[in-house]
Amino acid sequence: MKLVPLIWKNLWRRKIRTTFTLACVFVAFLLFGLLMTIRAAFSFGVDLAGLDRLIVIHKVSLIQPLPESYVERIRSVEGVQAATHNTWFGGVYQDPRNFFGQIATEPEVYFAMYPELRLPPEQMEAWLADRQGAVAGRALAERFGWQIGDRIPLQATIWMPKSGDGTTWTFNLVGIYDGEPGTDTTNLFFRYDYLDENRQEGDGLVGWFVVKIDDPGRSVEIAQAVDEMFANSSAETKTTTEKGFVDSFAKQIGDIGAIMIAILSAVLFTMLLVVANTMAQAVRERTSELAVLKTLGFSNTVVVATVLVEAMVIAVIGGGLGLGLAWLIVQQGDPTNGLLPAFILPGRDVAAGVALMGALGLMAGALPAVSAMRLRITDALRRN
Amino acid sequence: MSWMREIVAVTALNLRTVPGRLGSSAVAVIGIAGVVVVLVAVLSIAEGFRAAMVGAGADDRAIVMRSGADSEMTSGLSGPEADLIRQAPGISRSEQGPDASAELFVVVDLPKRSTGTPANVPMRGVEPASLRVRREVSLVEGRMFEFGTNEVIAGVGAARQFEGLSVGSEIRSGQFAWTVVGLFEADGSVAETEIWCDARTLQGAYRRGNSYQSVLVRLDTPASFDSFRDWLTSNPQLNVAVRRERDYYAQQSEGITSLIRTVGMAIAALMAIGAIFGAVLTMYTAVATRAREIATLRALGFNAAAVLVSVLSESMVLAAGGGLIGGLVAWLGFNGYQTSTMNFQSFSQVAFAFRVTPALLLVGLAWSLAMGLIGGILPAVRAARLPVARALREL
Repeated sequence: MKLVPLIWKNLWRRKIRTTFTLACVFVAFLLFGLLMTIRAAFSFGVDLAGLDRLIVIHKVSLIQPLPESYVERIRSVEGVQAATHNTWFGGVYQDPRNFFGQIATEPEVYFAMYPELRLPPEQMEAWLADRQGAVAGRALAERFGWQIGDRIPLQATIWMPKSGDGTTWTFNLVGIYDGEPGTDTTNLFFRYDYLDENRQEGDGLVGWFVVKIDDPGRSVEIAQAVDEMFANSSAETKTTTEKGFVDSFAKQIGDIGAIMIAILSAVLFTMLLVVANTMAQAVRERTSELAVLKTLGFSNTVVVATVLVEAMVIAVIGGGLGLGLAWLIVQQGDPTNGLLPAFILPGRDVAAGVALMGALGLMAGALPAVSAMRLRITDALRRN
Repeated sequence: MSWMREIVAVTALNLRTVPGRLGSSAVAVIGIAGVVVVLVAVLSIAEGFRAAMVGAGADDRAIVMRSGADSEMTSGLSGPEADLIRQAPGISRSEQGPDASAELFVVVDLPKRSTGTPANVPMRGVEPASLRVRREVSLVEGRMFEFGTNEVIAGVGAARQFEGLSVGSEIRSGQFAWTVVGLFEADGSVAETEIWCDARTLQGAYRRGNSYQSVLVRLDTPASFDSFRDWLTSNPQLNVAVRRERDYYAQQSEGITSLIRTVGMAIAALMAIGAIFGAVLTMYTAVATRAREIATLRALGFNAAAVLVSVLSESMVLAAGGGLIGGLVAWLGFNGYQTSTMNFQSFSQVAFAFRVTPALLLVGLAWSLAMGLIGGILPAVRAARLPVARALREL
């Protein structure tokens, strides 16, 4: 304990250098936090996808529609707990840049299959009572300042309406759902029956099916059973787990995400090396002082400890503040307005960040500490 | 002019002493080089993507889609509507008929080479007129497909990025099989990611009846666009939107380009703050180790401004070095790198090459000089203000 003032004095012997070193470490860890967030975003929340849910799409491509009638047949497959369908609407809200997901579905069945989406029961009732009703995710509602009771006009791009001016669909916002941390709440859901009775063409066609199964261990078997049921029909299907589906969708972005992350990691690593070098330099300058300490009878362990602790303090304070700020920024939500649906800093990466701080402290402190330990007092004192 | 000579002399002296301080100078150079690598490399992704998309558009071509559709994928036109569009004035014509191609645009699942997972590869059903409309398209291997069969030709970009697209191979899609008979080039534009087949065959394969999604036309002159558009939009039998092809593709590239730019710029800006700290650190060290020299110079009669400018110049020379190294690394490492990504606006893959353009390198250099300037100011002021007598007495 009596060494604390010594370490403290050593840290601040060159105020400017310590301040800027701290600042560098701070920026490096702020970057690290944001980088990991972007990485998670590029994987589209694959970590959050349910293992007990399957996605059934048209075998040719996701863009090909499937008959709605399939849903009853899927429900009859052994091992299937529930099934419903989704249809991509792709409408434009005010401006094409205001992109967000709009999905037609069966309200009760869908929300029962996604317990991580929380819609208050009275709002669900209001939705079931209103054919034109729609519910928005919290993030989406906040983005456009929507309140329950608002009327939301969407310009159709795929499904032209029979009524009105032939391009605009209007929905009544009857509910706002929340999600567990990291859950995508940037979508708008509305009722399929309203879409189906009011669209000009495509009667009875849906985009894809979502299936909830009893036992995640049987997903492969059940997926096969579903696909076999529709084999050789006019619309064959391809069934995968939701995780597999999201994962392969995320991979469509290709190596761009991976390359951006690789570039940034390389640079981050270089930055840490440079910082470590500066920190090591600070110790090397005081070789003769360390020799004096040893002359006074301080043990090797104590000398090494002071050097290591000094490096650790810089790494942990700078890194902790940086990572903390990154976390705070991420809590503010996605700055790109919905281009990155899953904007979270995963706990696993926070742990990796803390480990990295430890590594930085060790790397910066170890070399000078070892040379301090090996130091022969007479040599060191003679140098100056 | 004596002060100019002073500045030059002191700066030259400064720079000659840099090799003696290599370690600490490297901190600044590496930090700044790192920022420039990130900035230039990330922006080169956006630049390459934009070039592939915008390069696809010619001024004398226009694309007709259903009104309200934001991409070919969501558009729909009936056969009779397409026939009516072909009648419009302003389309260039020859004895083979109007230069207008009614097309279908769908996606087919093919495994991506880099990941092995299925990707949405765009497949375009075209009419015989399409090669007259798109003159930049030329076959580099094999032959053109026969209309009325299930033969296809694939863009060279698609063949590079996805499996199973060599001449002679067969693509299975649902119950349908396509035979690849040729590979084509299109000036590196987005069309090179596409697979082309007969529109009629594709209508059957995707159960689209007699319908299309867009009509691409070549105009007499770029100026006939207005009359062409007005004729179509004022026709009560049609409900279509007409765009210049270039505008259409520019709009299609907006989403990804702005996402990459936003992320790239934000990260580079943060890193720049770190690099500036690094530069400040380096320059303070430089000033501190040379305190006695600087004081000697001042004692000899060199004025404070010369010292200030010399420290700033040293910082900027180091920064420029970092900028050049960073630009070179980005150029060597990323220019021409071939990849493909999902364009969410068309829900299909686009193959493109990273482009490190001279303009991007200049941007990188400008950033590095700015970092050097900002990082050098405080240390330069300290050097200029160094109390001569005390500095000479130290050590």
